[in-house]
Formats: sequence, C-alpha cells, structure tokens
Amino acid sequence: MLNKIYDWVDERLDITPMWRDIADHEVPEHVNPAHHFSAFVYCFGGLTFFVTVIQILSGMFLTMYYVPDIENAWRSVYYLQNEVAFGVIVRGMHHWGASLVIVMLFLHTLRVFFTGAYKKPRELNWVVGVLIFFVMLGLGFTGYLLPWDMKALFATKVGIEIAASTPLIGEQIRTLLAGDANILGAQTLTRFFAIHVFFLPGALLGLMAAHFIMIRKQGISGPL
Amino acid sequence: MSNQRVSRRQFLNYTLTGVGGFMAAGMLMPMVRFAIDPVLTAKAGGDFISTGTSEDELSEEPLRVDFTFEQVDAWYTSDVTQTAWVFLDGDGGIVALNPTCKHLGCTVNWEGRESDPNRFFCPCHNGLYEKSGENVPGTPPTAPLDMFEARISDDGILELGQVVPNKIVEG
Repeated sequence: MLNKIYDWVDERLDITPMWRDIADHEVPEHVNPAHHFSAFVYCFGGLTFFVTVIQILSGMFLTMYYVPDIENAWRSVYYLQNEVAFGVIVRGMHHWGASLVIVMLFLHTLRVFFTGAYKKPRELNWVVGVLIFFVMLGLGFTGYLLPWDMKALFATKVGIEIAASTPLIGEQIRTLLAGDANILGAQTLTRFFAIHVFFLPGALLGLMAAHFIMIRKQGISGPL
Repeated sequence: MSNQRVSRRQFLNYTLTGVGGFMAAGMLMPMVRFAIDPVLTAKAGGDFISTGTSEDELSEEPLRVDFTFEQVDAWYTSDVTQTAWVFLDGDGGIVALNPTCKHLGCTVNWEGRESDPNRFFCPCHNGLYEKSGENVPGTPPTAPLDMFEARISDDGILELGQVVPNKIVEG
C-alpha cells in the first residue's frame, strides 16, 4: 500500500533523487560510534537538532492554552500545567528541553572546536553556528518571561538592565525590548511572546537550513 | 515457526523502526493527549440558577427573563447573562424557551418583527417560531427552540436549569 502510494507520487514528481539528497549519504568511519565509541562526540549536533524539534513541537502545543497577556498569562500557565491532562509533561518537556538545547549546543561547539572542524573551508558554517547559538540564547531569554511569575519578571528586569547598560544606545535598546521606557509590563510580554514564537524561530529555521546545506555541500570534516 | 530466513538487514530495519516508532510515540503521545483534552473532559452538570423573577410576574404571554450566573471558562471566571422567554402553558406548567435560534445560533426575539405577531423572530435569516417554540415551516430553522428546565423555588422565585430539547412541541 505505502509502496504503491510512493510509486504513484514518484512516477509523477521523481522524488527519489530528492530523498537521496536528504538521507542517503556516507557516514565516515571516524564519526561512527559503532566503529570507535569515542565518536559519540559527533552526535551532539544531531542531538541539538533533535531537542530543537521537541522544543518546536511542545511549544506549538503549549500555545493552544497559553495567553500572552499580563492578566491571564500566569493563570493560563497554571491551568495548562495543573488542569489539562499531561500539561505538566508537555510544559516540562519545553522547560527542561530549553536548558538541554543550550547544553547540547555547547558540547557540539566544543567538539567542532577541538577537532578543528571550523577550519577552511568550513569557516562560514562556524559563523552560522555561532548565529544559531545567539538565536537560541534569545529564545531562552524571551521564553523565560512568558510564565509571568516573579522569577520570570525579575530575571527579565535584570536582563533588560544589562542590555540598557550598552553605551550610547542603551536607553533605546531598553525601550525597544520592553516596549516602554519605564514599565516592564503588558507591552513587554506581548513583544517577548512575538519574538519567542515568530521572529526567532523563523531566523532559527533559516540558519539551520543554511547550516545543514553547508554540511551536505562540504561533507563531514576528516579525522584528527 | 516459518522457515523464512530473516536477513540481518531486515532484522535491523524492523527493530530500529520499532524502537524509533516507540520513542516517537512516547514523545508525541503526551502532546496529543494534551491537545485533545477539552474533547475528553466530562461536562459538569449545572445547578438551577435563581432568576430573581417572581412567580407572580409570569403569564401566558412570553416574558423576557435575564439571569446571571458565574461561568468558569478555563482560567477565566466571569458573570454571564443569559435570556429565557418564560410563560405559563395554562396547565400549571412553566415553559422557559432558550432564544438561541436552531438555524445558526443567533438570538430570537418574541414578536421581533412587526409583521409576525405572536411568534419568535430571528433577525439573521428571518427564522420564525410559534409561541411553543415550534419552527414555522418554510423558514430556515429545522427544529423547535430548546428550553430550560424550570421550577419555582419555595419562596416563589423562578429558577432555571439545564438546556434540554423542546418537550411541548408535538412530534
């Protein structure tokens, strides 16, 4: 049945070459943990991607209940965590996954650094990777505010104060982030929500696409 | 046991697909259950709500009765006002019709159009109902108006309960 559907589509759109481009590629011996167990360090990039997929999925589901409004944000989080079936698990996946993504990203960066994989001709991919790291930090920072509890509020106050200490344009950055020169409130929450669920994920998907296309183009770097 | 040999490749394909599918299901199951929770949550049965309208005010002419109750909508609790059209059926019974049109959910009014006395009128698509709630043939509604369960409290105040299908229309 599945084969027939595949053949039907393939006959019309010739999808087999596309499938080969995506999935059918050589895994060199030195990155295969089945050959050398120490090669597990090459898994961290893939694990980062895996956790990112979990973050996107669990985040999509969380927005079914979450409201980015100062009156209702905390109550909607409380409701989805305590009243909705598996709410504590779905929120837990997003909460712990957020930290795990940073850990995996850091380990992946260390691996690339210590194997020298960033060297010519892969410098651009290192740059894109660093941009992905910044986007992830931005996602962590904006997502931290959304539960709208005391920890979220004060962490964001501190974060915005740090951003506001930028020379010359500090005050403008503060207003741009918080939506108001003095208040950390209604406009900050909606802004952070928009940045967290639309702007940064959009940037992240674009950067990840560039990251992966470059890997496929250049291949995995050679052994030490 | 069949004599069919399972190749190493087949064995790995099956086990890896199985384990991978199990892990993917473990990841997706909580999220899907989370999303469909409203469908599976049991609906709470409602209590009778006092309308503040005295029994003496009721007659055989439909009377508009507004009543307010506390509605819990997930994390949002608010006072919601609903309307019933209440009249005596002449046999000592009370009829409290729900003015939600059975066509597409607009709100009907008693004698809402001057050309149709003694009928409920829906302004959205010109639906008409008789006083009993029976839909007038040839107008959009396909069923009679629903009704509230109604009773009189010990101190003579009208109380309304759940919305139930119309019981007084024949058929």
